[in-house]
Amino acid sequence: MSEDIWILGIHMTKFGKRPESDVVDLAAEAALGALSDGGVTMGEMGVLAAGNLMGAATGVGQMLQKQIGQTGIPVYNVANACATGATALRTAIMAVRAGECDMGLAVGVEKLAGAGLLSGGSRKKDSDTWEPSGRYGAVAPLDGRVGTETMPGVFAQIGMEYGHTYGGTDFELFARISEKNHMHSTLNPLAAYTKAMSLEQIMGDVMIAYPNTRPMCSANCDGAAAAVVVSDSKLKTMSLEQQRRAVKVAASVLTTDPWEEACQILPDVNTLTRNAATQAYEQAGVGPDDLDLVELHDCFATAELVHYDNLMLCEQGGAVDFFESGAPFRDGPKPVNVSGGLESKGHPIGATGIANIWEVCHHLRGEAGDRQIDGAQVGLAHVIGLGSACGVHILEKAAA
Amino acid sequence: MSGQIPLVDYLVLGDEPHLEASECTSCGARYFDRRNACASCGAAGEDQFRSVAVPNEGQLKAFTIVSFAAPGVPVPFVAGVIDCAGTSVRGNVVNVEPDADHVRLGMKVRLTTFAIGEDGEGTEAIGYGYEPMEAA
Ligand SMILES: [Zn+2]
Repeated sequence: MSEDIWILGIHMTKFGKRPESDVVDLAAEAALGALSDGGVTMGEMGVLAAGNLMGAATGVGQMLQKQIGQTGIPVYNVANACATGATALRTAIMAVRAGECDMGLAVGVEKLAGAGLLSGGSRKKDSDTWEPSGRYGAVAPLDGRVGTETMPGVFAQIGMEYGHTYGGTDFELFARISEKNHMHSTLNPLAAYTKAMSLEQIMGDVMIAYPNTRPMCSANCDGAAAAVVVSDSKLKTMSLEQQRRAVKVAASVLTTDPWEEACQILPDVNTLTRNAATQAYEQAGVGPDDLDLVELHDCFATAELVHYDNLMLCEQGGAVDFFESGAPFRDGPKPVNVSGGLESKGHPIGATGIANIWEVCHHLRGEAGDRQIDGAQVGLAHVIGLGSACGVHILEKAAA
Repeated sequence: MSGQIPLVDYLVLGDEPHLEASECTSCGARYFDRRNACASCGAAGEDQFRSVAVPNEGQLKAFTIVSFAAPGVPVPFVAGVIDCAGTSVRGNVVNVEPDADHVRLGMKVRLTTFAIGEDGEGTEAIGYGYEPMEAA
């Protein structure tokens, strides 16, 4: 086995509308914050991985270097749908684990405020003569004519499919999951939204794609998060304070969806998450029962339900009972999304994967303020990007 | 009359409209679009795929009612996944009130086709959807 990897410093910006900051400003704020949190400088970094989805072709990593330090190190600009941030972190982890350097910086950033809901591509004007094109030989855009390609619609169906298979779901159940996350966000000053919402407000809000109303959908916003990773041998040369605050990366896993019947009809976010979780628990040598908190990818309320099951927080098919038991509430035995989740904390796509890890790290360090889960020792962070990609990280408090 | 053209090339028109999947001859995986090799087993070759008819009747195993979509898409509409004897198909549920009282998980549906518009030469494009087999 290669040596352990640690998160030495980590930082997350305020999520929400950030009109005064551009993508590079936000990335710089997160990067400088993470370096400072870890007590290190850009000059000590051996690799930089920058995750940004909307500007994937623009080289955000190099633009960031020009603002905070052009030290000549390799830069990887990564994009992997909503798993972009987790992929950036994994890139830095892989470089350190491979022995190419002993410290690396990963940044995830996105400007999404006012972007509207993630909907299908805009429709081209129907041509004057029908002309089959693309791999389906389609003569007109298919979104809306042959099902839906929009994110709210896809994830709504994923939740409904779970209900069809296992039963027990209804509109109100999904709304109550959202109510939980909005309630959690009241304790998170960095969240895009920090107001609780009643069940009546959530169910009565604008319906986007049944059963997901607007507050049950992830909140598009601006934000960034960054992390400094360090090898075990390098960490041992550092101050006791740095060693005490470092968080162990007990597992870092990225998967894609293997072929399953129907996976191309409705994206399969289940199998790859289950596979990632299985690998992560094995790598970390812990099980779901050992987790003190979980940040999972609640891009829609319907998605949170299926991931209780996929991350094996409950028996297969038992997600509804798991929720009904109160387990995923912050005062329950398995708190899920105490940050407010994507529905209330917000979802700046490229930043989300690292932001979920930021949340878990702060609980493990005992630095989560009012929403601290007391005595947290082990936590799991999960993200999913359609296509599909899934990142799972398991983090452990330092022994010291 | 200048005739008809299907919305997608896996929709076969005629007296008994139906969908055709291309099936991997090695593992049986089914696809509705063109593939360079099989995503399930990796097999590739000139005769790797054969056309098979998909049953017209099925069961609705997931749906959503979409209220917000790209400009030009009429809303609300019901999008669904239909299990046609083991082959999953994406399609709209049509000829039904678009609400959760009338569209139910597990309901039996059957393929139906309809015109979606004419081009400048009078050719009619034909789309497909699934309609309930019993009154709700
Ligand atoms: Zn095959």
